[in-house]
Amino acid sequence: MSHAAAHADHHDHHHGPAKGIGRWLYTTNHKDIGTMYMVFALIMFFIGGAMAMVIRAELFQPGLQLVDPQFFNSMTTMHALVMIFGAVMPAFVGLANWMVPVMIGAPDMALPRLNNWSFWIMPFAFLLLLSTLFLPGGAPAGGWTMYAPLVLQTGEAFPFLILAVHMMGISSVLGAINIIATIFNMRAPGMTYMKLPLFVWTWIITAFLLITSIPVLAGAVTMLLTDKYFGTSFFNAAGGGDPVMFQHIFWFFGHPEVYIMILPAFGIVSAIIPTFARKPLFGYESMVYATASIAFLSFIVWAHHMFTVGMPLAGELFFMYTTVLIAVPTGVKVFNWVATMWRGSMTFETPMLFALGFVVLFTIGGFSGLMLGVTPVDFQYHDTYFVVAHFHYVLVTGAVFSIMAATYYWLPKWTGHMYDERLGKLHFWSSVITVNILFFPQHFLGLAGMPRRIPDYAVQFTDFNMISSIGGFAFGLSQLLFLAVVIKCARGGEKATDRVWEGAEGLEWTLPSPAPYHSFTTPPIVR
Amino acid sequence: MASSNTQTPAYYVPDSSIWPIVGAVGLFLTAFGFANSLNDHANGMTIMNVGLIVLLVMIWGWFSDVISESVAGKYSPQVDVSFRWGMIWFIVSEVMFFAAFFGALFYARQFSVPWLGGDGSKGPVQELIWPAFDATWPLLQLPDPTHLAPAAGVIGPWGLPLINTLILLTSGATVTWAHHALLHEDRRGLIAGLALTVALGFIFVYLQILEYGHAMHEYHLTMASGIYGATFFMLTGFHGFHVTLGAIMLTVILARAIWGHFTPQNHFAFEAVAWYWHFVDVVWLGLFIFVYWL
Repeated sequence: MSHAAAHADHHDHHHGPAKGIGRWLYTTNHKDIGTMYMVFALIMFFIGGAMAMVIRAELFQPGLQLVDPQFFNSMTTMHALVMIFGAVMPAFVGLANWMVPVMIGAPDMALPRLNNWSFWIMPFAFLLLLSTLFLPGGAPAGGWTMYAPLVLQTGEAFPFLILAVHMMGISSVLGAINIIATIFNMRAPGMTYMKLPLFVWTWIITAFLLITSIPVLAGAVTMLLTDKYFGTSFFNAAGGGDPVMFQHIFWFFGHPEVYIMILPAFGIVSAIIPTFARKPLFGYESMVYATASIAFLSFIVWAHHMFTVGMPLAGELFFMYTTVLIAVPTGVKVFNWVATMWRGSMTFETPMLFALGFVVLFTIGGFSGLMLGVTPVDFQYHDTYFVVAHFHYVLVTGAVFSIMAATYYWLPKWTGHMYDERLGKLHFWSSVITVNILFFPQHFLGLAGMPRRIPDYAVQFTDFNMISSIGGFAFGLSQLLFLAVVIKCARGGEKATDRVWEGAEGLEWTLPSPAPYHSFTTPPIVR
Repeated sequence: MASSNTQTPAYYVPDSSIWPIVGAVGLFLTAFGFANSLNDHANGMTIMNVGLIVLLVMIWGWFSDVISESVAGKYSPQVDVSFRWGMIWFIVSEVMFFAAFFGALFYARQFSVPWLGGDGSKGPVQELIWPAFDATWPLLQLPDPTHLAPAAGVIGPWGLPLINTLILLTSGATVTWAHHALLHEDRRGLIAGLALTVALGFIFVYLQILEYGHAMHEYHLTMASGIYGATFFMLTGFHGFHVTLGAIMLTVILARAIWGHFTPQNHFAFEAVAWYWHFVDVVWLGLFIFVYWL
């Protein structure tokens, strides 16, 4: 709630925020709700990060060192669930809450009460999930993918896991419905679809993916629940079902989910690079079409997560070809970002540094993804640390870096103060160096055959694991700098101008900094 | 769309509301209680019921607020469009929820059952695990009957399911009749059409319960009779739950029609429920074809 202070001196508008805790519990204001989402995501980022530290500490040396294997498995499972559903997704929803109404010139979200409900479901869902750490049998340890039959061996935590996933799903779907309704219905006069900032466009498509994929996850986990407690045999071959069916249904959700966590990042980077290159975005329309193509493809590639499960050959080939196709629209995007910078007059403030870090490192993650998408070589890489390296490049140096870039970029607009640029740069450089020490060696470990989700390993993997762990601890510590920058900026600092950045374009920069509690009560005219 | 809104009054942003947080607490208590009851803890059911009551209070309070705001004329046409988009996307999410269960049905019928019966490239494996298994659909014989009891028969399509199909199709027509009556300010037609729709909805649910009775007692078909029983009860049960919800929603709309809340220009609540009802209807046609008939 560090932003409360920033808003407190702000009652010159006649419909200012309510006083006390009631403001946060009962609010219908998109900025309050956006702030709560962001603060919640930050807290979850540190909880999930603490779990990652346990994992890296255990893997510092071969042999069982600190925790027993069951708890280690709980840590990998919970780290993933917390980071995906608790940190990255809420952070993007929070950014959408804050920025989408402002970017399209709307007074608020389309359905403001529903918006508050979407948020408040989240803390309760995580109360349910995190409470399993203290239950008999411990937290879920079967992996965040919840594969049957392994996950059915979970102890008392099992129904908590399933119902927590249901609650997160309800929150995500309601949030997505609200965002898409807002963009379709609340645009200022003249704000046609092809004038929308790319962040808004990526969120239309992300919301569509959320609405169509999250209910499939809900169906999948409901079938897990009935298999365990009500005697159904969906995932039990003895009754005519198939454990592999769970994987199909799960990944039909899971692959769109991957893009849910990266499309808004594309939108953020597409906002930041033009600002600091002082040039309009290269190929705006192709960006929109590329985003839509990626979303379409995300529904027909799911089984590339299960190449080694024993599918018919036609399936292996189909999913390989569709997967590799994704490289085309993604390549369009990376090309456009680079072309935007071509001959721009660039400066390198912290948001730009994180955006550039994103472009380079996300592309590395994309390339390793291409390698994994090729069926015969995936037989070698499947379930090794190569996969871990791949998805951490796209999720940490991709999604998380973009969220940090967005935070630095819009923090002056939110708080009315400039953040500490020196600390911000320090945060960037320490993050970008340590994150590569953390994840790059994991490629080598995976290629050499080290399996994921195992607390022990053969001695020949020791050196790279030690390097990776040292990078991990340093990366974890670096994030305390981020916390310091955010708190410091929320509490005070140099007054930010309305435009904040010299090259910034868009409606959000026409508002004062900090943005007033109600932004566009009468819609601006967009030409 | 935006250009038509230039002259409308400022968008109605509701004041802060207690209901969202009440709803979040209600959901939490329901989930927490249900999880505890599945773990055989004594208080689970009590907590769950408290949660459900909190949710009911939330739904009552929230909709009361929305209805009184609507009756007070606070909603501009733009607010109406927001509600429409909200309902459309909500129904899309429900379609995908059903799609997961239909996917399970198709997978079982196309892949897992034939494979267990020796089809496909992994066919020879059948000899090693359950050589006696003969793949048929409906699945009246299980691959491994030692832990699960198969059903003795299944519900045929041309009895109750056909009657239920006709009932739902008729109810789709009666709700449309009510809508036309509403547009032509024919109050009696509106109320009669809605009352018929509500009655047909509850008759459907009643017949569905009868059918479950037949299935369980005569054919010993339960959720635990292998993949056929699992998909049958999951799909029809989830659908029946939606019909029940829809019928309750229609009852509320009937009451509001009697109270005179709707005008030919302003009756989105009616339309939203009618959309929902048609959605439930279409899902039933899928069930009738793929679960009962083919």
